[in-house]
Amino acid sequence: MPSLIAKAPLTATPLQIGGAKLSAIDPGPITSVAPFRGKEAAVAVALERLGLSFPAPGQYVESNGLRLVWTGRDQAFLIGAAPEGLEGLAALTDQSDGWAALLLEGPAAEAVLARLYPLDLRASVFPPGHASRSALNHMLSILLRTGADSFQIMVFRSMAQTAWHELHAAMTGLAARP
Amino acid sequence: MRITCPLCGPRDRREFYYYGAEAYLHRPAGDDAVAWDAYLHLRNNPAGETRDLWYHEAGCAQWLVVTRNTVSHSVSTVELVAERGAP
Repeated sequence: MPSLIAKAPLTATPLQIGGAKLSAIDPGPITSVAPFRGKEAAVAVALERLGLSFPAPGQYVESNGLRLVWTGRDQAFLIGAAPEGLEGLAALTDQSDGWAALLLEGPAAEAVLARLYPLDLRASVFPPGHASRSALNHMLSILLRTGADSFQIMVFRSMAQTAWHELHAAMTGLAARP
Repeated sequence: MRITCPLCGPRDRREFYYYGAEAYLHRPAGDDAVAWDAYLHLRNNPAGETRDLWYHEAGCAQWLVVTRNTVSHSVSTVELVAERGAP
C-alpha cells in the first residue's frame, strides 16, 4: 500500500474578530453508523462498551474523546476513532475524508451563527450536547454545541472555503455593529 | 413559514424542498393506463385540507407528508413517510 500524505480540507490561520474566534480543526476519523434492523439492542451493548449510547434526534453523546452525533433517522456519526465492536451490527461507512470541521468559539459565537443558521441557538434551547443538521446559509451542515461559547461546524469538504468565507463575513459584520 | 419535522422539531421553510401531492405515494400496482394517467396527471384542487410531500433537504433528509389547509393556511400534521403504515 502506497504511503499517502493526508491534506487538510482547509489551511487557514485562525481568525479572531470581535468576540469570536474561528479555526479549522481535525476531528479525527468519522464513521456513519446505521444499525441494521433488529440489531438495535446489540448496537446499544457495543456502544456501552465505548461509554456511549445511541443519541436521540438533535443530540450527541461523548465519552473519552469520542462523539456519537445524531445525523438522521437511525443514523449517527461516530467521530474521534474508528468504530470498534460494531462490525456486523450496523452499516459502517467511513466518512473521514468527506467533511471539514470548524470550531467557532467566544462570547459572540452564538450571535455569529444566528446570522447564518435558521435555528434558535440560545443556550436555553440549544445547550451543550445538542446537535443539528441544518443549513449554514445554503450549505448542508452539522452543528454541535460543544460548550457554553463553542460550536463545532461540519460541512462537506468541498465547501470548506465557502463556509470559512461565510463565517468570516458574519464575524466581520457582527463586529462592525456598535 | 415553518414546518415541524417529526425528528428535528420546528424548522424554517428554507430547509425543505416541495415535491407535490401526497398522491405520489400511491403508485398503481398494475399497468392499467387509466390508473397511471390519474396517478401522474389528475389532481384535486381542494379548498380545505390537502396533503403534500416535502423533503427535509437541509436537515434529516426524511420525506414528510404535510397536511395543511388551503383556506386557513394552517399546517395540522407532519408525518414521516418512512413510518407510515403499509398502503
